[in-house]
Amino acid sequence: MSNSLSEIPLVHVQNVSKHFGEGETRVDALRDVSLEVHPGEVVALLGPSGSGKTTLLNVIGCITEPSSGWVSLDGEVVYDGHWLRSDLRKLRLEKIGFIFQFHNLLPFLNSTDNVAVVLSLAGFDKDESKRRAIELLEYLEVGHRKDAMPANLSGGEAQRVAIARALANRPRIILADEPTAALDSERAGIVMDLLRKVAVEQEAAILAVTHDEKIFDRFDRIFHLRDGRLDDQNT
Amino acid sequence: MNLAYRDIRHNLGRFLLTCFGLSLLLGVVLSMIGIYRGLVEDALTLVRTPVVDVWVVESGTRGPFAESSRIPGDTREAIARLQGVSAAGSVTYQSVETRHGNEKLRLYVVGYEPGRPGGPDQITTGRPIGRSHYEMVADKRTGLSLGSRIELGRDTFTVVGMTDDQVSSGGDPVIYITLKDSQQLQFELAPPAARREIARGSGPGDTDTINAVIARVSPNVSPESVAEAARRWKHLAAMSQGEQELILTQSVVERARKQIGLFTGLLLIVSAVIIALILYTMTMDKLREIATLKLIGAPDRTIVGLILQQALAMGTIGFGFGAILITSIKDYFPRRVVLQPEDGLALAAAVILVCVLSSALGVRLALKVDPATAIGG
Repeated sequence: MSNSLSEIPLVHVQNVSKHFGEGETRVDALRDVSLEVHPGEVVALLGPSGSGKTTLLNVIGCITEPSSGWVSLDGEVVYDGHWLRSDLRKLRLEKIGFIFQFHNLLPFLNSTDNVAVVLSLAGFDKDESKRRAIELLEYLEVGHRKDAMPANLSGGEAQRVAIARALANRPRIILADEPTAALDSERAGIVMDLLRKVAVEQEAAILAVTHDEKIFDRFDRIFHLRDGRLDDQNT
Repeated sequence: MNLAYRDIRHNLGRFLLTCFGLSLLLGVVLSMIGIYRGLVEDALTLVRTPVVDVWVVESGTRGPFAESSRIPGDTREAIARLQGVSAAGSVTYQSVETRHGNEKLRLYVVGYEPGRPGGPDQITTGRPIGRSHYEMVADKRTGLSLGSRIELGRDTFTVVGMTDDQVSSGGDPVIYITLKDSQQLQFELAPPAARREIARGSGPGDTDTINAVIARVSPNVSPESVAEAARRWKHLAAMSQGEQELILTQSVVERARKQIGLFTGLLLIVSAVIIALILYTMTMDKLREIATLKLIGAPDRTIVGLILQQALAMGTIGFGFGAILITSIKDYFPRRVVLQPEDGLALAAAVILVCVLSSALGVRLALKVDPATAIGG
């Protein structure tokens, strides 16, 4: 194995299975799934409804515990038959940024504070949190809306603020759940350009669950999930 | 970053409206406590006003407030001669109903001997009774003013002085008249009844009857020793000031006290349930935000803090509004409402405790939220 940073996967999932229930009610959501995502990569996770996309995203996001397998994030093995860390929320705070379909901004915080809240949770002081939040909003070209409440933002603006929040604590893994589903083609393209910019400039790995055909050509690789298995024909 | 404060500020109108609703409830709780205090205060006012040490009443009774008591008018001279008694006075107590203008007026009439114990302790306006007949000192709660004239029995009385906060245990305002006038009012028969008594050969009836003799004792003399001496007359019973107060608080207003105490307890339970439901609903409204917070790494203490701080803010603001409201309108209550700082502090502490306990339901719900629900899977 090379020592080059780009060759160490930021997301490394090996033989991960996840089932819910037992006996007749047992549902195998993931079966022996293995994948790697490297720094600078933007990859998509595709599959029909119920194929296990969200379960895989939850496993990588340390939200759902796998039934078996091995998971490493940013070079740290976090699951090997059981969680190896008890502070999974802290792990998420340190290593993972989340982007949601409907942005999930906190409705009672303005754009700046929605970004700053992550930094505040990470222990940054108030001024530093605010300064970095505004920097990020400007980086994502939504700085002019820094004082706006989520209810007053357009879909594209809200999603850019959500991306800023996902990037706030400089995570190297970004997990996105249908990040462009609520956007038109033009805005979906802008969001994908931004994710690409983040992946390249911050050497981050971006894994997005999507059904949005209009952005398929924006991904480096596409993983197809079917009945909890990754297809051999991943593109 | 204080998330609780930001959330409150975002939904300020709704939060304040909720606090206002809660404040009405807590205001009622506070007023119930105030009414109870007022009840006890009212009951004790009449007993404390004469500033005496010994009460002498009819044998076998706990008069003159808890039970009816009639003793001969000359008892006062006998009590005054007891060793250690520095002053003694005859008193009568009775409730009457009369009219003032078009208003019906219920009054509690105290008859006393001017210059002896039994009269009003403080006259706020006007003067004490100076004539032996048909003058009265009235409490301002009667609605009368200086110079007002009202009919009591077959006589018309003029208000010459006013007192403040002098009411009976039943809440009726007190008026003071001379003993002679009160005896006529209480014991003199109406002319047809008097004529019948004369026809029976028993005379028009003796009006020299009183309800009690009250006595002050000299310094260094035990009231109990004076009471003991008075009890040697078999037709008399005697009790100390403390015993008389105990009778009033534990007997006369006991049922009302229990009733109000029970009602106050029920209101506190209702408040707790309402606070719990409000907090639960507020948490339900924020489940997606809580899931998002958990997903982005917020620790449980941040989530618990969000709910607990809002619960405490709601309780504090609700209690504050309620206290201000009741303080502002307490004087318009038909009965005295006594708000004591220690009662307010005790209720505030109870409200804080209720808020903390009530928020447990919301906290439990919040802690059970799966962060995966933020993703939608």
